[in-house]
This record gives sequence, structure tokens and C-alpha cells, in this order.
Amino acid sequence: MKVLAAMSGGVDSAVAAARAVDAGHDVTGVHLALSKNPQSFRSGARGCCSREDAHDARRAADRLGIPFYVWDLSDRFAADVVDDFVAEYAAGRTPNPCLRCNEKIKFSAVLERGLALGFDAVCTGHYARLEGGQLHRAVDEAKDQSYVLGVLTAHQVAHSWFPLGTSTKTEVRAEAAARGLCVAAKPDSHDICFIPDGDTAGFLDARLGTRPGAVVDLDGTHVGEHEGTHHFTVGQRRGLRLGVPAADGKPRFVLDVTPVTGTVTVGPREALDVTRLSGVRPTWTGPVPEGPWRGLVQVRAHGTPVPATVELRSAPGEPDELVVETDEPLSGVAPGQAVVCYAGTRVVGSATIAVTRPALVP
Amino acid sequence: MRAYLDHAATTPMRAEAVAAVTAELTRTGNPSSVHGSGRAARRVVEDARELVAQRLGAEPAEVVFTGGGTEADNLAVKGAYWARRDADRRDVLVSAVEHHAVGDAALWLAQTQGAHVTVLDVDVTGRLDLAAYRAALGPRTAVVSVMWANNEVGTVQPVAEVAREARAVGAVVHSDAVQAVGHVPVHFGASGLDLLTLTAHKLGGPVGIGALLARRSTALTSVQHGGGQERDVRSGTLDVVGAAGFAAAVDVAVATLEAEAAREAALRDELFDRIRAAVPDAVRHGASGLDPAAGLPGVLSVGLPGAPGDAVVMLLDAAGVDASTGSACSAGVTAPSHVLTALGVGEDEARSVVRFSLGHTTTRADLERVSAVLPDVVARARAAAAYV
Repeated sequence: MKVLAAMSGGVDSAVAAARAVDAGHDVTGVHLALSKNPQSFRSGARGCCSREDAHDARRAADRLGIPFYVWDLSDRFAADVVDDFVAEYAAGRTPNPCLRCNEKIKFSAVLERGLALGFDAVCTGHYARLEGGQLHRAVDEAKDQSYVLGVLTAHQVAHSWFPLGTSTKTEVRAEAAARGLCVAAKPDSHDICFIPDGDTAGFLDARLGTRPGAVVDLDGTHVGEHEGTHHFTVGQRRGLRLGVPAADGKPRFVLDVTPVTGTVTVGPREALDVTRLSGVRPTWTGPVPEGPWRGLVQVRAHGTPVPATVELRSAPGEPDELVVETDEPLSGVAPGQAVVCYAGTRVVGSATIAVTRPALVP
Repeated sequence: MRAYLDHAATTPMRAEAVAAVTAELTRTGNPSSVHGSGRAARRVVEDARELVAQRLGAEPAEVVFTGGGTEADNLAVKGAYWARRDADRRDVLVSAVEHHAVGDAALWLAQTQGAHVTVLDVDVTGRLDLAAYRAALGPRTAVVSVMWANNEVGTVQPVAEVAREARAVGAVVHSDAVQAVGHVPVHFGASGLDLLTLTAHKLGGPVGIGALLARRSTALTSVQHGGGQERDVRSGTLDVVGAAGFAAAVDVAVATLEAEAAREAALRDELFDRIRAAVPDAVRHGASGLDPAAGLPGVLSVGLPGAPGDAVVMLLDAAGVDASTGSACSAGVTAPSHVLTALGVGEDEARSVVRFSLGHTTTRADLERVSAVLPDVVARARAAAAYV
């Protein structure tokens, strides 16, 4: 099989590529340049797009004896991931750019280009497993990245390969060291690669400006001011700078963000609990389940999965809607986040959360 | 065997250069030392200097050895500007198709050293617009730098005219002849130039040594300071091994130039015919498209409409053919070439250009391999064009 190994310059993708080579495949490494000006992104630390990362990826490919290329996807990344990220915040939603990058870049632009060029599959260092052609969680629960792969379609899953899904991170690091890969001890990446200093609010301010507005209580009482709804995400507690303490003295959380009116609504933790949510743009990693079915849902990358009843509702002339009723409340679910549905360890599909209904509402 | 068609990036070392380098690697001696070992080393360097000078129509004293073409270009552009500039003379003229070693050096002079830089337009073949040049040239011109022949499209510039007019206004005139020396006739004395850059590895010598040919009357301010070697403008211990290999390569390249240039030009044109047979809408960029004599014999710049150049190069690589998109780029990301853009080639069209460059080891078998693999390569690259 001709395999295109996406190599970020980190330890995981290097070991994934090495395993693809060991399995006897014809492997070609490709590093994705996601910025026109790579030095403007992080330096020293760990990201997706620095010159050091491109160098590290190239050295790993050298070590494995495979051809290596840099593909410039900076225009696509800017439009499909960065601009989308900013637009989602501007609309009061909370996007996950890594998921978006997988959906639009790694398993779309790169995969489709690879297939057209004659490759059979894209191999990445994600921690997830393919079993019988189906996408499953990784065995290392702490590292499991199946959530950010939840947006893949059956076609994309059929042409993907995740060689690390049966290993723990510790094993992968040890293997990298044993193979003599210089990235063995490189730190993991954590933040958003295009916001290297981690200052998301500052990044958004530079693009959206400041848009002052009011912070109100659940009953509409004015309790503070803010400089832009894009500074807030549902479930957030810190940085509210409220002048008026809550009547019960308990901490308050962001419950709702409404950019149109510039209003941020805050309230007690209990008001964040949600048992019913509705998702749009559903995607399926395999066959589309029919009727209501019982499974597990997860709403953030390292969130706890909870049991739920899931149903796809399709009506002629209407966009498909995924309706989820959880057995126990989820806390701090924001529109824009992805809900990923599982059957046991198998990833079934995902949708973008559009509407949530608090548990308090009957 | 791979088909190596990227000689403009670097070309295999000639047997004579390998022999000269190998012999010198076994000897010890700093050419600046006064003792016997030093004198022996000095002799090798001076023999090399004389041979390079003789083959290129220069005086031995006009040969300043450098660490390569980029260093020689920087010494020429910056060193001449610093030496020549005064309150009324701060203009620097460069063509739009210069290598970054000249173009970015000039840009840096503009950004930090008070230079006024004019980038001179070229025509669709990549040849300097002489009318624009004359209009920009004047008593305020400190330095003119126009390359002898272009690395991406092969176009040869009217260097003699450029030099004559620059000298008439008292400007220092330089030409980056990295791609020209050993491939087209170059006579420094007859060129009218004050400064000329060449490098060993583009003509069959080792990487890491080059030279700036500099008239004795041309003042240069040193870029790097130290022991005062090379007329006090290029300090650093002389590279005996490199100089020996460099001179051996220049000697062979120039001696065999006429026959080799004819052979390469015929192969170059045959390669384009073969490409056209496989890809009927392929186009040729640069002077080679209109007047084969106005281009380097070994450079063929081909547009393959609808086929992204980076995909073509990758697929050719997998099929055993080494070619390039424009010039090699350290960052690894292919940006539309500034040279093709200067020729008026649109951004999309520029992204579908592949450069094949032939050299002294190229044979018809290399061309046959291209013929065999190109139809499939271009078909796949075109299919992939829809993505990204």
C-alpha cells in the first residue's frame, strides 16, 4: 500500500510513520505548512507549524529513509480553520479548531490530494484504533484522540490509518528513543497552534476589536460590563470581573453568549447542566444508525462520555438534526462544540452543537 | 539509476576536480604561514587563482576567493555600495530576476543603509528592459547588479551594454554569473564589468568555494573582518582543497565549453520535444522559448498547464527523476517564483512550472526516462490540482 504519512515534527507522527515503514508499506512523509510565515508561529515550544517542526519532521523522515515533502496548505488553513475559528467566536459559539483541521485539512485536502496522486491512505499519529475498518477509541484512555476524529466520514476512515491506537504514550516515546528519533523527548503540543502564546482573547481582539456590552444575571439584572462577547465561552468562570456579588455568595458561570445584543448571561453552576441538545451537520464514520439508539456522547476532547439516547431526524427540505438526550446532565456545553457519539468504544458520528436545553427547564 | 535533471541546483563533480581535491586533502599547510608547508599550500592556491583567471579572461589579482556564490554576491553588492556611496550617490539598480543573494542584499541596503533601490523590469523572455535601465541610471547610481544568466529560466542578459552604460555614469557594475561560467563564454576583461560572481559547484567543482572577480581599481568595503586575506576584503583562512578543485573544474568546463554547450542545447531541445509529445499543451518559459541561443544550454523551464509543479516534482521523484520547481527553497514551501512573476507569468501558471536542468553527465537515457514517466505523472498531478 502507498501510504502518505502526515508528519508534524512531533514524536507521535514520527513513530506512526516508522510503524508504517515496518509494516512494509511504501511510505512518503509530508509536513503541512500551515502558515505563510512560519516564524510568526511558536518557537521553541511545540506546535504544528514552526520551522523547527518542519526540520524535526524532515530529520525523522531521513532517519526512516522515506521521501519527504512540505505541502503548503496555509491558504486552506487560514480560510477553513483560522477564519472559521474567529467567525465562530464572533457568533458566540465555541469552536474546536483541531477538529476542524482534521475535517477540512488533514483528512480532506491532504487525503483527497494524496488519493489523486496515487496514494492509498493517510497515516497520522492520532491515538485511535481501526478495527474491522471501524474507528475506535485508543487503548490509552488518557491520550485517546478519537473525539477530534469524530468528524471523519466513512470514506475518510476507509483511507486512514492510525498505527498508535494500541499503544500508550509512554511506549511511543520509548519506541522513538529506541529508533533513534531525535523527537523522542519533545514535549507534547497543547494549545492552539496558531495562537502560540495561548492568548486567545488577545488573538480575537486583534481580529474582532473590542465590543463592549453588558453582563446580566439570569433574571436580567445588570451585574457588570465586558469588552467583547468573544472573550467568553459557556461554562467559563474566571475573568468575569463582576462588580456585584451573587446573592447566595456562590461563584457564577457564563451561561449564554449573545453577540447580537452584546449580552453575556451568568448564573449558578447548576444552570449549566444540560440533558438535551441538538446538533447540526451530522457526520458518520460508518453506516448511519436508524431510529433512536442508545450510546455514549462526549462533548469535549477529554470530556467524560455519558450515556444517552441519540436520534437522527431528517425531514424533507429541512437540514438534518441530531437530537441527544443524556441520562445525566452535562455541564458547560457551548454551541459550536462537537458532540461525538460512541457505541462502546466505536466512534459512530458527530454533529456541531447548535442548541442546548438546560436540565432545569422541564 | 536515477535521471538527475537538476544540474542548475548543483552538478556532479568532474573527475579532474575530485582528483585535485583528493590530492590536497592529504596535505597540511596554511597558505598564510611562512614555512615550507605554508609555502606549498600557498603555491596550490596561487596556481588555482592563476588558472581561474586565465580561463575567465581576468588577472590573477582580480580573483577573490569566497565561500561560494552567495558570499561573493553579498560582498559585491554591499561592499561596492559602502565603498562607492556618498551623499549624492545612493541608488542601487538590480534586475527583477536576480537570485536572492543579490535581490535580498539590495533590499537590506534599502531597509538599513539608506540605499534607494530600483528593481528593473524584464520582458516576457526574462531579458532586461534596457530602456527602463537607461531611465533609472544616472549620476546618483552607486551600484548596478544584473545577472549574466538566470537560474530558473536560463535567459542570458545583455551584460556588455549594462556594463558600458553603468561605467559611463561612474557606477560600480556587478554581474552574478554563477549559472553562466562554464556554460556560456565569459571573458571578464572584455565584459566591461567591475565585479563578477562565480561558484565552483555549478560547473563541476566542490560546494563551499566560489570567487568574486574584482577589478583592482574597484573599491570594496569588507563584509567580514579578520586576518586580511584576499586583498583585505575577504578575511579567512584560504581553502586550499576547495581552490584546487575549483580551478580544475573551471579548467575543464571552459576548455570543453563549446562542444558541451552544443550537446546540452540539443538534448535540451529534444527534451522539450519529448515533453510536448507527452503533454501537448506544455509551454516553454524564458528566452529558450523564442531564441535558443539567448538561453543557457542546460536550462529548460516548462509550464504544464493544470499540473501543480510541486506535485509533478514529487511524482517525478518517486519515478526516479530529479527535477525542480523554480529554485530550491530552504523552507521547503513552494511560493510562486519571483522570476516567473517578473516575466509576467500569472500566479497559477507559475505554480505549474517545472525546471529541468541538464549538465555534463546528462545523456539521452535521462530524457527517455522522462518520456516514459511523464504522461502518468502529469495526469495524476492534474487530478490532484483540485485539492489545494
